[in-house]
Amino acid sequence: MKAQMTLTVNGEERDVFAAVHKTLLEVLREDLGLTGTKHGCELGECGACTVLVDGEPVLSCLALPVECQGREITTVEGLAQGERLHPLQQAFAELGAAQCGYCTPGMLLSARALLEATPMPTRDEVRQALAGNLCRCTGYTKILDAVELAALRLHRAGQIERSQARAGDSPGARAMVTGRA
Amino acid sequence: MSTKRFSVIGKGLPKIDSWSKVTGATQYADDLFLPRMAYGKLLRSPHPHALITRLDTSRAKALPGVFAVITGHDLPRLKFGIMPVSQDEEALCVEKVRMVGDAVAAVAAVDEETAERATLLIDVEYELLPPLMSIEDSLAHPEARIHEYGDGPNVHKAVSLQFGDVEEAFRQADLVREDVFFFEGNTHLPMEEHAAVAHFGPDGKLTLWSSTQTPHYVHRLLGKILDLPQAHIRVIATPVGGGFGGKLDAFAHEIAACRLSQLAGRPVKIALTREEVFYTHRGRHPVLMWMKTGFKKDGAITGMHFRSWLDGGAYGSYGVASTFYTGALQTVTYKIPVYKFEGVRVFTNKPPCGPKRGHGTPQPRFAVECHLDKAAEQLGLDPVEMRRRHLTEPFTKTANHLTVTTTGLAECIDRVVEASGWHEKRGKLPRGKGIGIACSAYMTGAGLAIYWNDMPHSGVVVRADRSGGVSVLCGATDIGQGSDSILAYVVAEVLGIEPKDIRVHPADTDLTPVDLGSYSSRVTLMAGNAAIQAAQRLRARIFEAVAKKLEVTPGDLEARDRRVFVKDDAERGVAFAEAVVLAESMHGVLAVPGSYAPPKRAGKYKGGGVGPSPCYSFSACVVEVDVDEETGQVRPTEVWVAHDVGRALNPLLVEGQVEGSIYMGLGEVLMEEQVFRKGVHKIPSMLEYKSPTALETPEIHTILVETDDPEGPFGAKEAGQGPLLPVIPAVANAVYDAVGVRVDETPISPDKVVRGLELKRQGKPARVGPEKLPLFTFPAPRAIDSAFGLPADAIAERPFAS
Repeated sequence: MKAQMTLTVNGEERDVFAAVHKTLLEVLREDLGLTGTKHGCELGECGACTVLVDGEPVLSCLALPVECQGREITTVEGLAQGERLHPLQQAFAELGAAQCGYCTPGMLLSARALLEATPMPTRDEVRQALAGNLCRCTGYTKILDAVELAALRLHRAGQIERSQARAGDSPGARAMVTGRA
Repeated sequence: MSTKRFSVIGKGLPKIDSWSKVTGATQYADDLFLPRMAYGKLLRSPHPHALITRLDTSRAKALPGVFAVITGHDLPRLKFGIMPVSQDEEALCVEKVRMVGDAVAAVAAVDEETAERATLLIDVEYELLPPLMSIEDSLAHPEARIHEYGDGPNVHKAVSLQFGDVEEAFRQADLVREDVFFFEGNTHLPMEEHAAVAHFGPDGKLTLWSSTQTPHYVHRLLGKILDLPQAHIRVIATPVGGGFGGKLDAFAHEIAACRLSQLAGRPVKIALTREEVFYTHRGRHPVLMWMKTGFKKDGAITGMHFRSWLDGGAYGSYGVASTFYTGALQTVTYKIPVYKFEGVRVFTNKPPCGPKRGHGTPQPRFAVECHLDKAAEQLGLDPVEMRRRHLTEPFTKTANHLTVTTTGLAECIDRVVEASGWHEKRGKLPRGKGIGIACSAYMTGAGLAIYWNDMPHSGVVVRADRSGGVSVLCGATDIGQGSDSILAYVVAEVLGIEPKDIRVHPADTDLTPVDLGSYSSRVTLMAGNAAIQAAQRLRARIFEAVAKKLEVTPGDLEARDRRVFVKDDAERGVAFAEAVVLAESMHGVLAVPGSYAPPKRAGKYKGGGVGPSPCYSFSACVVEVDVDEETGQVRPTEVWVAHDVGRALNPLLVEGQVEGSIYMGLGEVLMEEQVFRKGVHKIPSMLEYKSPTALETPEIHTILVETDDPEGPFGAKEAGQGPLLPVIPAVANAVYDAVGVRVDETPISPDKVVRGLELKRQGKPARVGPEKLPLFTFPAPRAIDSAFGLPADAIAERPFAS
């Protein structure tokens, strides 16, 4: 049985006509052409298919699209804003946190959910948050480093923004918070 | 080591494919969707050992939405295998199945669901045969032969090599020790499940996109298996989502997709499920090992005798090589003047084992390093000192005729000992905490190809066009290790441009020169050297043209910062793009090849082809553990690895390889096991097949040691496999330091630690491990003179060097 559904994916409303038992993972990849989200096990065990639904990490291989109507779905394709990468993406690329890259989309989304909730997590909090996303290449080390670097950069950017709001974007205030004064 | 004279090499640059990987843009095989594409499924045997008595596909063919159904009768009736000496596989079995998971039929249909439903409509009847599930079973039942070939009933391969008189060496020893170890099998568990898309075009030509580590070998085998001219087949390796050796054979799903596409007249995709990946396997062999070594009082080894019994599973795969590898590299780390090796690989009705990271060498390395620790204790020596004193010398040969070029092992040991605080900790940590050390060596590329030939192991074409753009074409396959990036760095360095100016086109048998594949840690060295040669040839043409224009000689020129200029007068020069225009005007099209084949150094004896390598990497590892004496849980708390990488072309990527190796080693030593019950995999899921998560992986400290090896590109050696080797025995040795229990088999699971502690309480030897050895008579050894200590050949013949 097929059904008509409207899904909000990466801020766009998309109409889908798909079999009701198809998983969110399958609909994203096969019906919406968003192949950045990966199959790893189809059993909710590896985290490769992680997406965000209303900001919460969800295993898309276990989710039904019909339950996601009216909710905000974010996939790896929705992390960057235009050509500007999310700081997590930037840090993952710079530090070599993506080797084969297959776990990377899921890892990025779990990490983003963490940073939304806990902007400056401890290393143990990062480990905890990513414990459901398996990676066989990196030994997690560079992934943990990248999440910490992204957190730091987001934190600094937030400081700059706040100080700009206070100081009316005075160059002196900016130099002070960036340590270039 | 100084990186001053380099502009790209030695820098921690992002990989060139990082940006596509972090945005989800990288297209893996399963991400390909072609117009009119059909979906394929395989029907697999539920029995470990059975004759196929009836196979009827008519009901499946009648199902609406089904385009094609095939069995082995729809393929040429011949067997294939990755090694020329082990042609024992069928894509779809015709008469007999040898393991649960053997494919017997395949379907292509409008969607995956219909294809799966169709497989359930295929009628198969089996006559069950006794399943042989262990080495002992298989040797005890020669009448129930799994294959009709080999070195005896159910014996795939038996080898016996002797380099000098070990019995005499034992007589000269102050201490002779024997030990028995078992290394449990485990699997690669790549995050990406294997997938392939085949398209048999209307022109009668076939294209296969596949998540393979070796498009060249798949290309060769497809010609044979499908009985098609190889010239009409194109194999493209898509970016591989993790390999570790698990994507190095030609597989049933690849072959079935090709034939189904031909019959259905459309592209066909087959993507394996996670359970199918567990059965496809080709992972770490379970190996039982016995070893006997003679030691002098100072720990010097007088001779070593090593035996290994490999549980091969149902097919040959790389097994002959794996068997030799369990005996090949023992001699590379420490001085072993006399050496004897006997090995046997036995067929069983389980998924075939093959190469996994470290191919055949982590098992004996585990045995050797634990054995050395035990000997050190008996001799009253510090395990670090004992190892440190007896390391192989640079530019010498080993007993089994391997040539060691540079070695940084002494420095590796010193660095991990210092960084870990070994001397303050060993034997001094509180009860339940321990520290252990181990060392290892690994090949930088196999000296010989899988099939005998005189052609390059790696080829590169560097092409420059008048825009100033440079493309690198190479058959190498990026499996996440960064081989595409290495090609870009190397070419950028030689041409004096930026990696970003270069596009790398890899792994396409139509467009790229052959590279044998991503295995045996060969790509950086071999493709790197071929790329240097190609880029240097291109640079020579560019320099010739620029020299003419500037009225200097080519030797006066330098390429750097996207310019070609006079060395002593940097102002005089031209931009790189202009230099290319000058060169193209002088020479015509600029597309220049480079070739690499390893030096011919194989020992002149049968079996001498497994083990030689242009150079060896060396690693030392210290692990600190916490052992819970109640539960037996072993928790590694910190790991230090120092790795002699020759030169780190990109330290960031080398660290990544070391960290990944450590992680994988910890999984193997503490939790991972590929085990079976009644022919069926016990735990074919990512939840139950335990592998370390971010929570179980400890803090890792990587130290890179550089030795600038003359064989490597800019001096580089391998980094992808070697650092895994010492981690496993270092954990075992640390567990002993912590609680005084010797667990002589992997994984060191809590139950084994608890059993060891119980034995200790009872006053019995606190050792948990194999108690007996299978009955098997090894063939009479081939007696070969030991080459130990001989100087490396001054000039080894290296084809295509000029």
